Amino acid sequence: MTETTSSAAPPAPAAAEKLKFYGLWIAAAIVLLLLPKMFSSGGSLTTFSLIGISIIFALSYNILLGQTGMLSFGHAVYYGLGGFLVIHAINIIGANKLPIPLPLVPLIGGVTGLLFAVLLGWVSTQRSGTAFAMISLGVAELIASSALILRTFFGGEAGISANRTKVFRLFDWSFGPQIQIYYLVAAWTLLAVIAMYALTRTPLGRMCNAVRDNPERVQFVGYDPHVVRYLAFCFSGFFAGIAGALAAINFEIANSAYLGAVQSGTVLFAAYIGGIGFFIGPIVGAIFVTFLSLGLSDLTQVWQLYFGLIFIAVVLFAPGGITGLLMMHRPLLKAGTFGRVLPSYLIAFVPTLAMLVGLILATEIIVFHAVHSGDDSHIKAFGVPFDAANRYLWALSAVLLIGGYWLARKTWTRVGHAWDEATGSAREKGAVA
Amino acid sequence: MLELIVISTLNGVLFGMLLFLMASGLTVIFSMLGVLNFAHASFYMLGAFFGFQISRWFGFWPALVIAPLLAGAIGAAVERYGLRRVHKNGHVAELLFTFGLAFAIEEVVQIIWGKSPVDFRIPPSLDFPAFTIFSTNYPAYKMFMLLVSIVIFAALLITLKKTRIGLIVQAALTHPHMVGHLGHNVGRIFRLVFGVGTALAAVAGVIAGPALVTQANMAGLLGPILFVVVVVGGLGSLPGAFVASLLIGLVQTFAVSMNGSLSGAFGPLSPDYAATWLADIWNVTIAQIAPIMPYVLLVLILIFRPMGLLGTRDT
Repeated sequence: MTETTSSAAPPAPAAAEKLKFYGLWIAAAIVLLLLPKMFSSGGSLTTFSLIGISIIFALSYNILLGQTGMLSFGHAVYYGLGGFLVIHAINIIGANKLPIPLPLVPLIGGVTGLLFAVLLGWVSTQRSGTAFAMISLGVAELIASSALILRTFFGGEAGISANRTKVFRLFDWSFGPQIQIYYLVAAWTLLAVIAMYALTRTPLGRMCNAVRDNPERVQFVGYDPHVVRYLAFCFSGFFAGIAGALAAINFEIANSAYLGAVQSGTVLFAAYIGGIGFFIGPIVGAIFVTFLSLGLSDLTQVWQLYFGLIFIAVVLFAPGGITGLLMMHRPLLKAGTFGRVLPSYLIAFVPTLAMLVGLILATEIIVFHAVHSGDDSHIKAFGVPFDAANRYLWALSAVLLIGGYWLARKTWTRVGHAWDEATGSAREKGAVA
Repeated sequence: MLELIVISTLNGVLFGMLLFLMASGLTVIFSMLGVLNFAHASFYMLGAFFGFQISRWFGFWPALVIAPLLAGAIGAAVERYGLRRVHKNGHVAELLFTFGLAFAIEEVVQIIWGKSPVDFRIPPSLDFPAFTIFSTNYPAYKMFMLLVSIVIFAALLITLKKTRIGLIVQAALTHPHMVGHLGHNVGRIFRLVFGVGTALAAVAGVIAGPALVTQANMAGLLGPILFVVVVVGGLGSLPGAFVASLLIGLVQTFAVSMNGSLSGAFGPLSPDYAATWLADIWNVTIAQIAPIMPYVLLVLILIFRPMGLLGTRDT
């Protein structure tokens, strides 16, 4: 994975760079403040809150996968445990009238995640790579199955709930309406993102990258890769706990699904689809995946299948994720040779689109005949109504699929040639190092 | 008591052999390709569902042959057109590819056969009690399952130890690059091994389908246990996988049949905190914690013997 390899620590930035850097964060804060003014409906506020939670969770996951090179299949453990502890904490605070306001409660989740990461991390991080992946899966299954056994604490299948408005109030914020929860999530998201970005700039963050790229050499330099992995694991658990806590506050309930394999899989999808090679990747991925899971489920019944196929396609064709794809073009834009690739992109776009339409059409028709055979064959997918029993449509989908595939293969080879040419001349101009 | 021990041992060995049918393929694939096939349990599930569908059309015996062949063909295609493509992006990408594949296969199975269990029945010719011990009828089908797994185990052993292709595979287990340098078509061997490995998992699916529940979540339930087997036995060690399969099979079967709990053993002591949320731990029976036993074993192994029972390689 060459894309994930970043260069050594950058030199001290110039004043203009600094302005750009801090300006970016301030712009992000302003956008977060203004978002509810533009989209004030309850549904969009809930969506924004979900995205914020998802961003923290995906970024915390990327501390493991992107920064330290540890593929975890059980990251939801720390998310879920953070959520459960927070629900219990809210209940205890409410019952005993403790002077702890709700905005501080996510910290409890973070500390919970940290504690469990400290506890479970030492054994898990002894090895990286495949062994770590399997261990994380085993530990996750252990915790998730235990959660169903310890019914009093985890509430069994139904989970446990709490009332966030019963907590000690500061400045008369009740945190009943969604808008207040949005601002809570937004504030914590900004804080957590800044903290996690800062973490990548510390010597520890740099050592994490070194452990990812060449653990043996890290040992030669005098560091223990196990300790570095362990520390990264603990930080990651902390932020995952914060994300879980915010989710628990948002839904006012925590159940065993928080800890489960589906949650772990979703965060992996989000981080990887967004791109693990760049800090911003998981943020893009979290936004994309949240919109996708909310949007696709309205458009088609089998959205999870498309979701899985998108993931497979990203792994196969764009291992750098969405941001990786976009960042690939930066040298071309800098050198001004992007114009040479653009026409071949446009040409390739048509058959690719045809192939995708054919694929979707074929899938929907097959799904109709597998699941609802016998019902009315006039179905609707992606907002387009069509007749699944129509033989011409079957033929059309086959033609689109096969013809599109055949043409797309040819055109993408052309894109490859144009790409080589464009990068070649960009390199001559010195834009590619 | 003796009855319990005999029956549980039989069931445990049976479950263990089934696990080994899958774990053997997984281990060989891991050793050769260096990728842990996350979708391996999905091929087990595909085997069960293909077996169900084919046995509806043609009967159980054709299904026992055709379903694994189909699943093996799909497996070989996955290796050729999927895994080989992502290979250049490293092991993480390979693992993620199989992860996505497992997700997609589960979705497809759910779409075609639905979420509820399908009615996959034991063939009538095997639906009779094989023998009676201590007033318990032991079903013939379970003996058949045991027989099939032992026959395949023996065939695998002979192939690996006595044939030319077995020798190449064995060599590739430890020195995959050297085998390539010696002029063998490594790509074809990989495809073959992947196909055979997934076909073995599918065989396990076909014979386990009627006895257990054939449902779209069966891969998700069994997959993690399979990985526990492979890690506990030692990544890449076939004998280790065998020992670990039997161990986990026996541990789980015995745990399910036991009813003891802390409160049962130390009931009269009954400390005060047994009334708080610790009551769950106090009152839980061994049978209830059977599902988490493999994972407890995994954590213990990782603490005391990180390379696994018979593993030598540190990956």
